[in-house]
Amino acid sequence: MPGIVTFAEHRDGKLRRPSLEAVSEARRLTASPGGPVTAVLVGPGTESLAAELASYGADKVHVFDDPALGTYATEPYARALAQAVTEAKPAAVLVPFTAMGKDMAPRVAARLGAGLVSDCVSFTARDGRLEARRPMYAGKAYATVRWEGEPQVATLRPNVFPLEKPDASRKAQVVKGAVDTSARAKVTAVHAAAAGKVELSEAQIIVSGGRGLKGPENFHLIQGLADALGAAVGASRAVVDAGWVDHQYQVGQTGKTVSPTLYVACGISGAIQHLAGMSSSKIIVAINKDPDAPIFKVASYGLVGDVFEILPKLTEAAKGYFAGKH
Amino acid sequence: MKIVVCIKQVPDTETRIRVADGKVVETDVNWIVSPYDEFALEEALKIKEAKGGEVVLLSLGPERVVSALRNGLAMGADSAVHLKDAKFDAADTLGIAQALAAAVKGLSPDLVLAGQQGVGGDNSQVPGLLAELLDWPQVTVAVMIEIQDGKAAVEREFAGAHETWATALPAVISAQKGLNEPRYASLKGIMAAKKKMIETKDAAALGLSAESLAPKTRIVSMDMPAARGTVKMIEGDPETQSRELLRLLHEEAKVI
Repeated sequence: MPGIVTFAEHRDGKLRRPSLEAVSEARRLTASPGGPVTAVLVGPGTESLAAELASYGADKVHVFDDPALGTYATEPYARALAQAVTEAKPAAVLVPFTAMGKDMAPRVAARLGAGLVSDCVSFTARDGRLEARRPMYAGKAYATVRWEGEPQVATLRPNVFPLEKPDASRKAQVVKGAVDTSARAKVTAVHAAAAGKVELSEAQIIVSGGRGLKGPENFHLIQGLADALGAAVGASRAVVDAGWVDHQYQVGQTGKTVSPTLYVACGISGAIQHLAGMSSSKIIVAINKDPDAPIFKVASYGLVGDVFEILPKLTEAAKGYFAGKH
Repeated sequence: MKIVVCIKQVPDTETRIRVADGKVVETDVNWIVSPYDEFALEEALKIKEAKGGEVVLLSLGPERVVSALRNGLAMGADSAVHLKDAKFDAADTLGIAQALAAAVKGLSPDLVLAGQQGVGGDNSQVPGLLAELLDWPQVTVAVMIEIQDGKAAVEREFAGAHETWATALPAVISAQKGLNEPRYASLKGIMAAKKKMIETKDAAALGLSAESLAPKTRIVSMDMPAARGTVKMIEGDPETQSRELLRLLHEEAKVI
């Protein structure tokens, strides 16, 4: 496969895991015949992250190091990535399907006049041409998609593509770039999330609550188990619509589609719309008092019982488990 | 203030999707307006009520789309443009955005609102593609919009936090759940909608040819997700169930 360009997202001076997943996938796709993998970093002081990108497979790192790029804005970031792509002339461009990637990738594709395939979960490459597999209808169906022309631009679902084993001896050539930093739309204030809070669609573990919790005053049971497991909190549409929790916690077809390694559904019966959003999780645990609830049809492990009895015990056991582990 | 709202007709989210011969079976599908587009329309109507102006609906699709436009007119939009042409059938997201961009240019609005995602296709592409093709700024996944002095202040979700953005107008803003509660069409609105105009435009009227709409991406097949394995039920009292679950998650599933 000829070259691939990946977008490397970072936060608080660290590369985000989906960026490393994208570089790892680019490395695998270019394995034979070998083509260069170019990672693009945008933001001041990001050059120090080049070494880590190299260790996961980047041959070249294109750095747009400008104090004016310290805060994400769609237009200059899209301009920078498009410029790096125009210079590298890759066969493909891989961008994580994160909040940032989702916002930026369409603008990049339109600038390049290139086809964009969203939320890919796997690729096959032959003679420089990619074929992607992606969920549609929130995972009720899967599509196999091909591109016409180049570059083939794709966004990658977080948590799906495995990381390469980092090799610290691998080095990358660092290239500096400059771009027009003007933006007509920009951030004026950030209402920060609680420290350590994990974005739902990128979380490795999610604990979700549904109507079985009976009321918003009981949702702390979900938060408690999530904290014990180092997980993000999710919710069913029913409880979001009832106003118990903010809609950004909603998992399902009109909320977030997630693929964590572990999804714990508590008091969620499993409406089609919810199942669509989480059934590609690696392991699903269902806790519900109704043994006939549809959620058990997609679950890996099922616990029939009262969430008010099980959740405190499970939280306590999880705390003990992690205390014993460390 | 002139606002264009892009709406897409999609299968109802409660629909059980079936695939046959590599395609989604469209018979028995109940078509609805993508829920996120309803938030976009409601917001446009609220802005119009507060600031005056007009709301124009824009939708690309076959004849069935007329019912979605009619419903939007009944909710309170002033007029509608239906982009309809067999040449659009094979269009990908970029082709659709090109058609929408050409139509938007003809309407010269101050603001374009659209859902942050078309439910079903789940691409989350068209608002950004459209903004770039128009060379306008964009703010996506908006949960609050305030129009003031020819600018918009927009609160949006971003990686688990909320951010406030300021954007010049005209701009494309995409709507997220939480922005508002869409209204239902009133009987009076339904009656009034019958008199409102739906203009139909084909590719030629938008200055687009089959070549310029040639798709850059193409779905070659569709299939259903692999069935998941059978569930392992964990019995016992809550404490036993909890301990056994953690043991299995660690030793068998290896996820903790």
